[in-house]
Amino acid sequence: MSDKEQLLVIENLRTHFFTKIGVVKAVDDISFSVNKGEVLGLVGESGSGKSVTGFSMLGLVDPPGRITGGKILFNGQDIVSLSDDGLRALRGKNIAMIFQDPMMTLNPVLRIDTQMIEAITAHEKVARRIARERSRDALSLVGIASPDERLKAYPHQLSGGMRQRVSIAIALLNKPDLIIADEPTTALDVTIQSQILYEIKKLCRETGTALIWITHDLTVVAGLADHICVMYAGRIVEQGKISDVLDHPLHPYTRGLIGSVPSRNKRGSALYQIPGMTPSLLNLPEGCAFRQRCPRADNDCLVCPEITSEIEGRHLRCFHPHVEILHE
Amino acid sequence: MIVFIIRRSLQSGVVLLLMSVLVFVGVYAIGNPVDILISPEATPQEYEEAIIAMGLDKPMWSQYLTFLNGALHGDLGNSFVFNEPALKLILQRLPATLELAFGALFIAIVLGIPLGLIAGIKSESWVGRSIMSGSILGFSVPTFWVGLMMIMVFAVMLGWLPASGRGQTTDLFGIPVSFFSLDGLSHILLPAVNLGLFKLSLTIRLTRAGTRENLQLDYVKFARAKGLTNGRVIGVHVLKNILIPVVTVLGLELGSLIAFAVVTETIFAWPGMGKLLIDSIGVLDRPIIVAYLLITVTMFIVINFVVDVLYSVLDPRVRLGEEKI
Amino acid sequence: MTTSAEDVTIQPEKVTIPTVESPFRRFVSDFSESKMALLGLAVFLCIVFAAVFAPYISPQDPYDLAQLDIMEGRLEPGTKSFVGYTHWLGTDDQGRDMLSGIFYGLRTSLAVGSMSALLALLLGGTMGLIAAYFGGKIDTIIMRIVDIQLSFPSILIALILLAILGQGVDKIIIALLAAQWAYYARTIRSTAMVERQKEYIEAATCLAMSHRRIVFRELLPNCLPPLIVVGTVQVAHAIALEATLSFLGIGLPITEPSLGLLISNGFEYMLSGKYWISFFPGVALVITIVSINLVGDQLRDVLNPRLQK
Repeated sequence: MSDKEQLLVIENLRTHFFTKIGVVKAVDDISFSVNKGEVLGLVGESGSGKSVTGFSMLGLVDPPGRITGGKILFNGQDIVSLSDDGLRALRGKNIAMIFQDPMMTLNPVLRIDTQMIEAITAHEKVARRIARERSRDALSLVGIASPDERLKAYPHQLSGGMRQRVSIAIALLNKPDLIIADEPTTALDVTIQSQILYEIKKLCRETGTALIWITHDLTVVAGLADHICVMYAGRIVEQGKISDVLDHPLHPYTRGLIGSVPSRNKRGSALYQIPGMTPSLLNLPEGCAFRQRCPRADNDCLVCPEITSEIEGRHLRCFHPHVEILHE
Repeated sequence: MIVFIIRRSLQSGVVLLLMSVLVFVGVYAIGNPVDILISPEATPQEYEEAIIAMGLDKPMWSQYLTFLNGALHGDLGNSFVFNEPALKLILQRLPATLELAFGALFIAIVLGIPLGLIAGIKSESWVGRSIMSGSILGFSVPTFWVGLMMIMVFAVMLGWLPASGRGQTTDLFGIPVSFFSLDGLSHILLPAVNLGLFKLSLTIRLTRAGTRENLQLDYVKFARAKGLTNGRVIGVHVLKNILIPVVTVLGLELGSLIAFAVVTETIFAWPGMGKLLIDSIGVLDRPIIVAYLLITVTMFIVINFVVDVLYSVLDPRVRLGEEKI
Repeated sequence: MTTSAEDVTIQPEKVTIPTVESPFRRFVSDFSESKMALLGLAVFLCIVFAAVFAPYISPQDPYDLAQLDIMEGRLEPGTKSFVGYTHWLGTDDQGRDMLSGIFYGLRTSLAVGSMSALLALLLGGTMGLIAAYFGGKIDTIIMRIVDIQLSFPSILIALILLAILGQGVDKIIIALLAAQWAYYARTIRSTAMVERQKEYIEAATCLAMSHRRIVFRELLPNCLPPLIVVGTVQVAHAIALEATLSFLGIGLPITEPSLGLLISNGFEYMLSGKYWISFFPGVALVITIVSINLVGDQLRDVLNPRLQK
């Protein structure tokens, strides 16, 4: 991994929410990097802090949350220390985001063309006519038929899948270096899901755009990502090449997660369940957050495990990883 | 859309008819119609003649039809005091009342929406909190007392603004209006603020609630993620979503402004139809009362109707819903 | 997979067992959470006290003409009277002590306000319950009337009625009742529609209880909380509306002076700078309304099932 290729480097990022009932450590000391044109899968259960990680990269963490430490280097520039206006210039231009629910992301009372054109004019001075043409091109790029008509439509006149295509088109408008996709297929029908998935993958490959795909669904990431980060309770517990992690999960949590994917189990046998519940981020257990649900936990785990490099390019936060499977 | 308008107008017609029955029963049946419609100074002979002339010896339903027929032809009887058609008197005063109501609505919108937006965006800061406290107070304090206090402070103590009357008016398409001259403006300012205060509080509340609700929604975050300026996110995306319910409610409130103008007009001696109504109740000039009630009710029904139609024009979602029917 | 779970000191989850308390105590403690609401309640109780015991705590009987002296008219606040006590809030044009006038005015205002609100609650509540329980045509007719009425502001309804009926305590109560019953009807109907679907009503129907018994003994008690909230706010509203109508001179007659009439009396003297005749009754009116609203706001928060944890 040479430094030249690195597009985004996150170092020890912490995003905490200061609520009335206590500090919620939604993102707590995470580090990872994304190379140009690469796809990173960010996997975790709901509430594990993966969406907050995404919003941190755009400087869009809502109060009472804020970034309390760490660096987000984008093309070598630290986003955390950027001014509001510097961040704004970056958003949508260099880093774009696609949201989970296409029903909610488009403004219901503005026409599609308004919402697309403003995304262009926010960053460059171009004539409306040109911005409109570019919007239309972007719509046909994501596979929307008769884009001229769609431009004049209101969001409620489009189907869910169509709306998500519009959001993707908006994200592509300014040819960003990085797109953060926050579970963009979760709210869609299964058939539409795979179409959208295919579309995004193809577009990113064609344009050389890097992609961070946030999801709880391992099967989605499996066919898409180059690298994977597994998040649990605000921390990355395991990260590495997708094939390494999925084939030889070392962290007990990753193992449990993979074990609970239906297709990997034999027909008729009971599906594996990770025992216990996701802990509340308000009062995490001392030490390793997964300790209470982990079959391997012992007294060592009462201390928070540091990141340990087991193998080249692979990071873990565990005292008792399943290293034995590497020697099988 | 056309089906919707036709259905709505039929509904309005039924309500209007019901109200005319109510007013008729109220004035003609509960009160003694002879006392109401014949000047008290009439001699017994005139009295008898009048009863026959007005058809008061006929059955009730026939009387109602006569009344309705008169009303439809704009004849609601003559005022005892002015000895002129009651309807004409009311209509003469109508522009002044409408001007006051629109002035109040203008103040409520022009101040209320920005204040509500600020209170919604900075809901936790002292600015937001004080705007909210102000609006809660605006809801609790009775309008008429605020009006008195405004006269005390601005007219009596400071002497800045006149306490009563309409001041100089200019004709606009034959209708006298006050907002073209400084004197007229200085006269309308206090009453309009007074009348608008309650609606101002309402606007602030509605806008604040709408802002807070909308700021939580994903489309705001998505708009920010597109790199839009804060001004555009609030001023276009959020505002446009809030405006629809706020404008609808305020439009409906225009009617209640006209009704509440009765109070403000009495305090500030504003020569509108509300003041005429109170004066007429004082001297039992009942044709005027009937005319006022029918005119106001008609205006109400028209306003409700227009707002309903406007709402469906403003909100693309409602519009689509109607097309399907 | 090797398990080493034996080594783990598994901490039991902390479970706080809720202490058993009566609904009333819980209500009291929830209500007391807001200092403003407690203050509002305290102020309101003082006002009620002043209104109820007005004859005993007032320095003079403001409507006993023998005690009034026109020579003492329009005295400034704090002036000593000839008899010896101080007119803390001044006197009106008749030489009436304003403080005493306000106590007696509160009496009338509160009585008219709460009376009309109570009657409106009874009428509106019954209509709403009937609409919800029987549904169908009855529901449609009642709610149509309610909708139409609610599209007109309450002051217009009251104006129409008073213009037709004339002045008097009974008439203003009728006018306020007519102006307000629809709010109660709508509130209780929407609650009752939800309650009606629940099993206990079904159970009561299976037990072949009479309609009357089901409506009033089963349905009504469960619909009370929102009704109480609306009732509180409507009392404040009724007091304000009555004051407004009396100020306009079409509400209460001169013989039953409410706060609105007191304010109206002082209006003509205001322009000559004698502010106190209108000012102090107005302050009393505002304090009354604000204190009731504070209590009402907190009641709404406490009794709203959606907000309960």
